[in-house]
Amino acid sequence: MALPAKDAPVLLRLDGITKRFGALTANDGVYLDLRQGEILALLGENGAGKTTLMNILFGHYVADEGSVLVSRDGGELAQLEPGSPHAALDAGIGMVHQHFTLAENLSVLDNILLGTEKLSALKSARAPARRKLADLMTRSGLTVGLDMRVSQLSVGEKQRVEILKALYRNARVLVLDEPTAVLTPQESDTLFAILKKLAAAGLGIVFISHKLAEVMAASHRIAVLRGGAKVADLPTSQCDQRQLAELMVGHEVSETVRGAGAPGDTLFVLTGVSAGESRESIRDVNLELRSGEILGIAGVSGNGQTMLARVISGLETPVAGSMRLGDRALTHANARTMIDAGLARIPEDRHRDGIVGAMTVSENLAIEAIRKPESQRFGLLRFAAMRDKAKAMIDAYDIRCQGEDSPARLLSGGNIQKIVLARTLEGEPKVVLAAQPSRGLDVGATSEVYRRLLDARARGAGVLLISEDLDELMRLSDRIAVIHRGHLSAAEPTETLDRGTLGLRMAGHTMEAAE
Amino acid sequence: MIRFEPRGPVAVSRMIGVSVTAALAALILAAIPMLFAGLSVFDAYGLMIKGAWGSMFAFTEMLTRAAPLILTGLAAAVAFRAKLWNIGAEGQLYAGALAAVAVGTGLISGPSFVLVPAVILAGALAGGLVMLVPTLLKTRLGVDEVVTTLLLNFVILLFVQMMLEGPMQDPMGMGWPQSEPILDEAALPKLMDRMRIHWGLVIALAASLGVYFLLKRTVWGFEIRAVGENAAAARHAGIPVTATFVRVGLLSGALAGLAGVGEVAGLKGYLTADLSPGFGYSGIVVAMLAGLSPIGVVFAALFIASIFVGADSMSRATGVSNYLADLIVAISLLCVLVSGLFLRFRIRLATSSPAQETAK
Repeated sequence: MALPAKDAPVLLRLDGITKRFGALTANDGVYLDLRQGEILALLGENGAGKTTLMNILFGHYVADEGSVLVSRDGGELAQLEPGSPHAALDAGIGMVHQHFTLAENLSVLDNILLGTEKLSALKSARAPARRKLADLMTRSGLTVGLDMRVSQLSVGEKQRVEILKALYRNARVLVLDEPTAVLTPQESDTLFAILKKLAAAGLGIVFISHKLAEVMAASHRIAVLRGGAKVADLPTSQCDQRQLAELMVGHEVSETVRGAGAPGDTLFVLTGVSAGESRESIRDVNLELRSGEILGIAGVSGNGQTMLARVISGLETPVAGSMRLGDRALTHANARTMIDAGLARIPEDRHRDGIVGAMTVSENLAIEAIRKPESQRFGLLRFAAMRDKAKAMIDAYDIRCQGEDSPARLLSGGNIQKIVLARTLEGEPKVVLAAQPSRGLDVGATSEVYRRLLDARARGAGVLLISEDLDELMRLSDRIAVIHRGHLSAAEPTETLDRGTLGLRMAGHTMEAAE
Repeated sequence: MIRFEPRGPVAVSRMIGVSVTAALAALILAAIPMLFAGLSVFDAYGLMIKGAWGSMFAFTEMLTRAAPLILTGLAAAVAFRAKLWNIGAEGQLYAGALAAVAVGTGLISGPSFVLVPAVILAGALAGGLVMLVPTLLKTRLGVDEVVTTLLLNFVILLFVQMMLEGPMQDPMGMGWPQSEPILDEAALPKLMDRMRIHWGLVIALAASLGVYFLLKRTVWGFEIRAVGENAAAARHAGIPVTATFVRVGLLSGALAGLAGVGEVAGLKGYLTADLSPGFGYSGIVVAMLAGLSPIGVVFAALFIASIFVGADSMSRATGVSNYLADLIVAISLLCVLVSGLFLRFRIRLATSSPAQETAK
């Protein structure tokens, strides 16, 4: 990758940023430069202080010590008014948050214009805005229909709108918080191609990530944060993945390896299942999951994975077809019958479907078994029993929390996923549905998820792994099927597949067309 | 610049503090119209306190007024906990009163240990069934229950008026739109001689403990809380969301119906169309002021009842309209809604030193 000139002007400087939240030091004297035309990757585990640092940069938080310096219009570095997102916007800093800040019911154009026009303006200047955006789109490759309603867009498209929004406001520094957490490999590749183009055009780009492969592929320089402090700041060409992983975690890391499997009888069968009516529907899906195997389902986001997971989770009743677990037919099932049949479900949106944030860790651990004798007697809750069980699970699954009575919403994403894992895998289920189980998790939490899924496979459970991460699928799955526009291909052994073939099938090419 | 930062877990003491602050703020703000009315604020509040707490008579009157407020407050609190927005306690109260009168005026006869429970049961059932309609419309068809419960209030009140001028009109009532009086055996017993206070208060207090126990200790309560806090996760975890809504709807309506039973079978003795001075709506204020806590509802109801009874008394002494009470109650609702913001967010001036920030 072409490196930016060494003497390219510094656009942005974080000078000794320290931020404390009570006893926790989220950022500890962080010093960081960003030059024009440079892509800087900010790497770190969950809780390393990446997001806090960027929130200080963008004025959401005020640093306890240190300052943010910005060069306006290529001039001298000047201090940015702390605690003011407005000042950051004015100084040309654009931020793309991990959770998008778009109004779903408005058009793309309206979302981009939102907040850029004077209230006193009588007429919205749409024609010039369209011209400017058309120009931006052709130069950057960020194409998206300006008149589409945001609610109709895919996640990847929404992200493009966020970037366009920043560019429209003449951003010269673009900050992206975990931009690929919601993207497929292909979408990520496209995103990085666009970012490189933008950098070449003179933008300074910071992207936050914990995925080593993409950091290596897409950045010029890598800064590693650990425990709030910067532990490394190196040109990408001088890094390797192993070294970065160790810098990030602070100790050596081991790779998850899938051993030889011993697949047994067929456990879980879907025959001709159709559900849903929108784009996110599935049509005539056939699937056979055997015990002791992990069956991966690959696909580009929005091709029916969510519906498939909802049907198997018992949240959506199929309009046609049948489901069978062992000898039990599960066609008109709800979540309860699925759980009782021995099917564990790890939802893709763990914050929405996985936990009740206002309830305690202990209550969230018991929620699926709340009507079981272990949690209640004559309709009365058995608090002591629930607490004891929660304590045991917190130990067994290493859930980091302030005790079993703290609200679940205070936990990090990785620990929330551990709650879900603990309560679903505790009963040694026969079938495990894991939908995007590592999405948004750091290295440590991800390898924990992998280990649990492989453990389930080893004791003879069938695991259905729906993922948009091809590396994850290739590493864990015994067989892989591809879902495209609601149709599921036949599963094939992972050994016979490679990324290229899978990528083509995810894009909708059939075997013949691919040849 | 003012900034809002979300707070971490909220301690019970802080929640109580917020409710008390909201109540005090309402009293302070209500002093402004009092000054306009030419009252001395301290004298006025003195008269109100005396009128609600100053004598045994005043005190029991206040408690009598608190009883239906506790029940309608519980009706709102339990429904709101599940995010089922029951704005229809007023109608459910009248439905309960109507059923109590229907049963208690000679439909069945017997000793009071049969009739009193029958009247109570009929009222609770009627209130619950009224609330069942909007609940099922919500769960089956996705109809917004705020609209249906609110509008049902008027439907039921008109229905009551129709009954009182038609089939249920007291033949001895000289043409007044009122029902026959409830039989003595069907009336709720008085708690004290020569006072109006009746067993409705005991029912209300027992209901408050019962709802507290239900929410805190039982599987159903667990499910109500889970559905209210995150219905998607509750459904995913196998909690019967629709059934939970139905249970909450029945319970909420039944509690409001009980308020109607108390008013008609404990206090008035017969049904008129002006039985409730808006207890159903005030119940919403009570529930919000209590932070949706079933125990807090009792204290909030005592506060609101004191305002109403105290203002009546003050109004008689000073000649200032007792609408002042409605004003205070309305202001206290606004105050509690605003202070809810303070409870969930920390509000800071951007210029203040962030180093003072405490842990979460």
